[in-house]
Amino acid sequence: MAERLTTEQIERYSRQIMVPDLGGKAQMRLRDGRVLVIGAGGLGSPAALYLAAAGIGTLGIVDGDKVELSNLQRQILHATADIGRPKVESAARTLTALNPDVAVQTFCTRFDESNGAAIAKDFDFIVDGSDNFATKFLVNDLAVKLGIAFCHAGIVRLQGQVMTVVPGKSACYRCLFKTPPPPEEILNCQASGILGAVAGTIGTIQATEAVKYLAGFEDGLLTDRLLVYDAKNLRFREIEVRRDPHCVACGTAI
Amino acid sequence: MSVRVRVPTPLRKYTQGADEVNGDGANVKSLVDDLDKNYPGIKERICDESGKVRRFVNVYVNGDDIRFLQNLDTALKEGDNISIVPAIAGGF
Repeated sequence: MAERLTTEQIERYSRQIMVPDLGGKAQMRLRDGRVLVIGAGGLGSPAALYLAAAGIGTLGIVDGDKVELSNLQRQILHATADIGRPKVESAARTLTALNPDVAVQTFCTRFDESNGAAIAKDFDFIVDGSDNFATKFLVNDLAVKLGIAFCHAGIVRLQGQVMTVVPGKSACYRCLFKTPPPPEEILNCQASGILGAVAGTIGTIQATEAVKYLAGFEDGLLTDRLLVYDAKNLRFREIEVRRDPHCVACGTAI
Repeated sequence: MSVRVRVPTPLRKYTQGADEVNGDGANVKSLVDDLDKNYPGIKERICDESGKVRRFVNVYVNGDDIRFLQNLDTALKEGDNISIVPAIAGGF
């Protein structure tokens, strides 16, 4: 049987241990859990902060960028004094300061085809906070191949999309969108803008999904649905996503 | 058939920023043509050269994916709610 929680851990996590759907057992699962956060940016910052606060045992952070002044409006892992430093460094410092119980593993690199499988393989869950379609489709395809559950999200301006994928059980991102758009059709944060709090809302939904998954929630994950958030009108909508038997990533029909 | 169309962020430049517009059509195909008449350029963002819905865009009629209905031939009724949902990438 797994090691028991210490008195200090019980106090630190008491407010979530009290939640009937969680309890001490879930807390031990979180402590033994490993979550990889891809991107220490607008989505990855709030996700990693809540995951560290919740006591996830191991948090992996992948990002090859350095902190810039224009990041700070939304990337709350980093502070003004961090400008010019690698994001994984300031992320690790912030997360460790918040909760020294958490083992933070940093990967100061862009998550790509050459390193993705090696980085991801030992994690239980992935939070995709990447900022481009190439990485998002790669995360989907790798996670499906390796059988790692993940939470996908995309944000732009005042809008967000989020969806959880449990390989072998639920529809994947490629069941929903077959291919990335051509580069000229892409709106990204750099060119289009994003409100920091919108990234926060979506990133914390991703953290919630990671916690639920690790805690063993069988039902209720954001699977087979895309949640679309429109902050301008403050509306959430859900779109049903069906598994595509001919999906190139997860299809079962050959 | 007059229907309501939810316009996603990336396509709002064609609708002068409007996030919801009215459209008209007996089916999705004629609706897209009608939208393009009022908002020139929008059709090209939804459909490819062969007229099919692009692979990174999904269209929903009252929440149902038209790929599981009759695609662009899906019939519309007065008051239907249409959503256009493209993939979005940001995260940064």
